[in-house]
Amino acid sequence: MTKTPQPADRLFRAWPARLAGLFLVAALAACGSSVKLADAPVEDRNTTSALPSGDGTTGVDPRNVAEVQVPGIDVPQPAALSRVVYFDYDSFVVRADSAEVLDANARFLKANPNRRVGLEGHTDERGGREYNIALGQKRAESVRRALSLLGVSESQMEPVSFGEERPAALGLDEASFARNRRVEITYR
Amino acid sequence: MLELNRFEALPTRRQLLTHAAALPLAALPLKDALAQFRVEVSGAGVSQIPIAAVAFRNNGQIDQDIVAIVRADLERSGQFRFVEPLPLQMDENTRPDLAPWREKGSDALLTGSVTRLADGRFDVRFRLWDAVRVQDLGGLSFPASARDLRFAAHKVSDYVYEKLTGEKGVFATRIAYITKVGARHILNVADSDGEGAQSAFSSSMPLSSPNWSPNGAQLAYVSFEARKAVIYSHDVATGRRRLLANFRGSNSAPSWSPDGRQIVAALAITGNTQIHVLDASGGAPRRLTQSASIDTEPVYSPDGRNIYFVSDRGGSAQIYRMGAQGDNPQRITFSGGQNTSPAPSPDGRWLAFISRVGGGDRLHVMELSSGKVTALSDTSADENPSFAPNSRLILYATRVGGREALMTSTVDGRVKTRLATPQGDIREPDWGPYVR
Repeated sequence: MTKTPQPADRLFRAWPARLAGLFLVAALAACGSSVKLADAPVEDRNTTSALPSGDGTTGVDPRNVAEVQVPGIDVPQPAALSRVVYFDYDSFVVRADSAEVLDANARFLKANPNRRVGLEGHTDERGGREYNIALGQKRAESVRRALSLLGVSESQMEPVSFGEERPAALGLDEASFARNRRVEITYR
Repeated sequence: MLELNRFEALPTRRQLLTHAAALPLAALPLKDALAQFRVEVSGAGVSQIPIAAVAFRNNGQIDQDIVAIVRADLERSGQFRFVEPLPLQMDENTRPDLAPWREKGSDALLTGSVTRLADGRFDVRFRLWDAVRVQDLGGLSFPASARDLRFAAHKVSDYVYEKLTGEKGVFATRIAYITKVGARHILNVADSDGEGAQSAFSSSMPLSSPNWSPNGAQLAYVSFEARKAVIYSHDVATGRRRLLANFRGSNSAPSWSPDGRQIVAALAITGNTQIHVLDASGGAPRRLTQSASIDTEPVYSPDGRNIYFVSDRGGSAQIYRMGAQGDNPQRITFSGGQNTSPAPSPDGRWLAFISRVGGGDRLHVMELSSGKVTALSDTSADENPSFAPNSRLILYATRVGGREALMTSTVDGRVKTRLATPQGDIREPDWGPYVR
């Protein structure tokens, strides 16, 4: 059960090389070393621009912040397939009006046993961020059970959650909230 | 403890400084002089130490106003009140007549100077005087590069704070927080006053839950870059990242143990989000809670013996405490529709959290020995409290006047300050530890 899923693994392996190029490690000496007022700092007249290395151990200022960026992932999704299931407030019960979307995706997954999906749970912005990650996870698990009952193999599905972090609609009204309480079936 | 020099050793020092001041200076504009006045004190503390500070000699040659930074720091603590200085020019070598300062109501006086060094750095020097006991409280010299001048100013603040309150200052520590700018999600590392923010990590997918390691070198956080919640630990100085938890389902809410050896997190391996503990160096997670409900937001008590967490096992989200092995969970919040985001103070005395009261999420604090709860804010979208390492201030995110902001509050709620952060989506601040 605690095995790391494969697709994510593959992605992570591809990244270190790309990331390495983005590290902006400025080898600056440590600041913050203070001296007592009586001991005036020794001036280094040979250094013109940057600082002399302070600690000589790592060569990296402990206060340095190296910037890392990661690219996004965009996997093409099967055309003409609705992939969103909506939920009621604070609920993770799959509604009857989701049957068509679930049926269509179940048929596609059974016909394409090599395709895998992330079942991505989302919530509206009400409630704590961490609680919403857990609630989105429950919604994703509900969709997993529904697809499983329709014959989709468990190995093709991973239920995950974005909580409130990726709203589909940005409004603070009920119509927007309703669009945000969802599970997106995303092909990987 | 700092070993201080007394005023008597001055003549040679003065010669040296005169020499240094005679070197060619690059005249830099004082363009950032107004930046620190974003401090907004919305209440008054009861016993504040009155202090005066004279503009540092030759401060005009650098970009940062040292006294303004120190003043904003000390005012934010709620424990200081600044008295307008007498129109006198002096520096750390001046032996001031303290009587007129005392008469102005000032208990202490800060003087100093900025000197350009031959290697291009600046020497920030200062001296603190006790105006009541007419005593030299010593001073220090911080040679700093142009980009480290704010840090040097925060070190001055820490010195003054410690000399006058007897407690360690937190101004030279750092904070982390998440912003969303356009389509980018950014993990920022900034000074404790919110200034000098730098991007440590950015992604087109969401980021959440940054948490500083006890040694202040690493941040654990959740990144959705692989289209799922995965926990990383990230060495801030080098940018080196390590995958900590990528198990089936969501991996969320990481928090370090006080000894830095373990990480507690909320994992959904079984389909239901439960508290797990992981070795910080990797390995299999061990499940600590055994409920059919949502258990999340785990955080160790400062002695490492207990874990606070949030669970909806009683019907609504409430804060519980259990032993570090998951034993004996007990509910500890009872008022409020729901209570989330527990944050214990490093001294073990307080627990800050967010309580839903009348439809609004507000910062509250519980005195752990008595269980007494106090509301600290009247805003309605407070999030993610964390304590300063000296347990005196609480950092949290909120919405003020329709805009998201980071605030600090004293533990009694009397003095609140809005930190200087860029406009836009700002969330999930975490106050870092003392470093060295």
